[in-house]
Amino acid sequence: MVNSTAVAESLAPPAPQFSLGPRADCRDAFSQTLMELAGTDQRVCAVVNDSVSSTKLKGFLGKYPERFVNVGIAEQNMVGVGTGLANGGMVPFVCGASCFLTARAMEQVKVDLGYSRSNVKLCGMSSGMAYGQLGPTHHSIEDIAWTRVIPNMTVIVPADSAETEAAMRYAYQHEGPIFLRISRIPVPSILPKGHVFEPGKAVRLREGRDVTLMANGVLVSRAMEAAATLAAMGIEARVLNMSSIKPFDEEAVLAAARETRGIVTAEEGLRAGGLGGIVAEILATKARNAPPLSILGLPDVFAPTGTAEFLLEHFGLTAQGIVGAALELVGSKPPAE
Amino acid sequence: MQSEVPAATEQQNPGGAPTLVSPLFDGRESDAAVLKHLANRIRITAMSMTNHAHLGHTGGDLSASDVLSVLYGGVLQLDPDHPAWPQRDRFILSKGHCAAALYTALAMRGFFPTASLHTFMDPLSMLNGHPDRNKLPGVEANTGPLGHGLPIAVGCAIAARMRGESWRTFVLTGDGELQEGSNWEAAMSAQQYKLDNLIVIVDRNRIQQGDFTENTIRMEPLGDKWRAFGFAVAEIDGHDTEKLLHVLRSAPLEPGKPTCIIANTIKGKGVSFAENQPAWHHGVPTTEQLRIAAEELEAEPVW
Repeated sequence: MVNSTAVAESLAPPAPQFSLGPRADCRDAFSQTLMELAGTDQRVCAVVNDSVSSTKLKGFLGKYPERFVNVGIAEQNMVGVGTGLANGGMVPFVCGASCFLTARAMEQVKVDLGYSRSNVKLCGMSSGMAYGQLGPTHHSIEDIAWTRVIPNMTVIVPADSAETEAAMRYAYQHEGPIFLRISRIPVPSILPKGHVFEPGKAVRLREGRDVTLMANGVLVSRAMEAAATLAAMGIEARVLNMSSIKPFDEEAVLAAARETRGIVTAEEGLRAGGLGGIVAEILATKARNAPPLSILGLPDVFAPTGTAEFLLEHFGLTAQGIVGAALELVGSKPPAE
Repeated sequence: MQSEVPAATEQQNPGGAPTLVSPLFDGRESDAAVLKHLANRIRITAMSMTNHAHLGHTGGDLSASDVLSVLYGGVLQLDPDHPAWPQRDRFILSKGHCAAALYTALAMRGFFPTASLHTFMDPLSMLNGHPDRNKLPGVEANTGPLGHGLPIAVGCAIAARMRGESWRTFVLTGDGELQEGSNWEAAMSAQQYKLDNLIVIVDRNRIQQGDFTENTIRMEPLGDKWRAFGFAVAEIDGHDTEKLLHVLRSAPLEPGKPTCIIANTIKGKGVSFAENQPAWHHGVPTTEQLRIAAEELEAEPVW
């Protein structure tokens, strides 16, 4: 863990505590962890909607066929079956492309999971704009806004493979419905192997007193890169990984409001109702003298055609885009006192 | 929470001291005439509840009462002292709007005191207009929006398979409810997984909220639809407690196939002014109508 008190009191910019490692597809950590959980607990099972390859669960199917349910292309039934499995004492991981899992089965997510407090683990795969050129039908830019407003739901957006594994282990031991948003866009590793997910806790990746950068999912590594660029310009950015969307670390927002001069949020989804929306709600209702906030994400539009990488650039969801937003908020480094 | 609920209902005897009485349902009743009378007690109780709340779904409560009486009185293996007993049979009321009849059956089985039925839809009552499993012991699933029960029941049945358990899963759907496509998604998966531990009962009362089903979206030939989806199907009189008892006890109809019982019923059954009237989908009886219904049903409320 970062020793934040000591770092905060030091005048010199702190050394980065985390660095970016090789890129990996979080789905590999997801499927590997699910196999491990299934190996230690016979209640663990998987439900898919013909999505054996896209969820990378071929290995699970091969090893535990009796605990693998493929309902076919039928997402409402998929979530309902997960609910029944949980009623029957199993621990189901219900896995499918996030765009279909959330949108098509939204009433089941609300009623069968949230309202019923069913012990079902929803794994929304290939979320955000990962499906690139396949277009807005296959993008899942709304899933955070939709799932986080449902009472009793826990919502997690892991940043890398280590956090995906940690989130899976948390989902397994947590009693209740949970939504994990798992990307297929390869991302640099950030957190150490064996990282433990803490619900409702921001992960401080870098300390700084000029501006706070909050991101989750594929944007976290980009926020780290942005902080390095800002540091070269004399601006020290605090970088927070906001993987825990619900519960949410309000105190991290209030501390950022007290201790830094601006907040930038960045996410691979709609600005409305997502990470930026949550931060805006907290600043507006709970912060005194809130600093300016810049929300990076999709405006109220569906994405044009393009690869995931192109679309992230198109919407300014890059290190450069985050740097630009930070500079707009806090300008240059203030003179030393 | 759930274990605090007494197994037997408490009644105030004339002397004033509370007396524990045996539940009206024990799951072992084999006398079809007794089950028929107890079905009529569900009916008049559910009507008293909708009268109390000035709200409810009386017509469907009345069509489903015989099925509920047979299930809770003579079929379901349950332990009201331990509502979460892992090996219990599962019963899911997919037509969650008929909560008053379900609550009555659960109270008659001893999951909670029959006196609680007086709180139906009162502010902060555990007896919501649609069932909530987190509030009331014995409720397996939160239903209300239609088309949710069968997918959940398929999951329960697969869970039994995975765990090597012999419990059975029963789900009661409406007939208009089958217009929701999720039911047919679930039916396909029940066939694929050869769920002969799953019994779907369709309350075929032929009326939905706005009109007769056949004037809205034609359901017939309903039995053929289920057969085409891989179910073994029995089409029976849904008010004949003897037939219901036999078929529900002996299900599955065929090994290796899920069972569908089409229970041909009359919406508003047993009450002359409510029978087969679409308006009684959410009709609520006046106190005078309640008196007439009690006479016709020859039954007293259980509360």
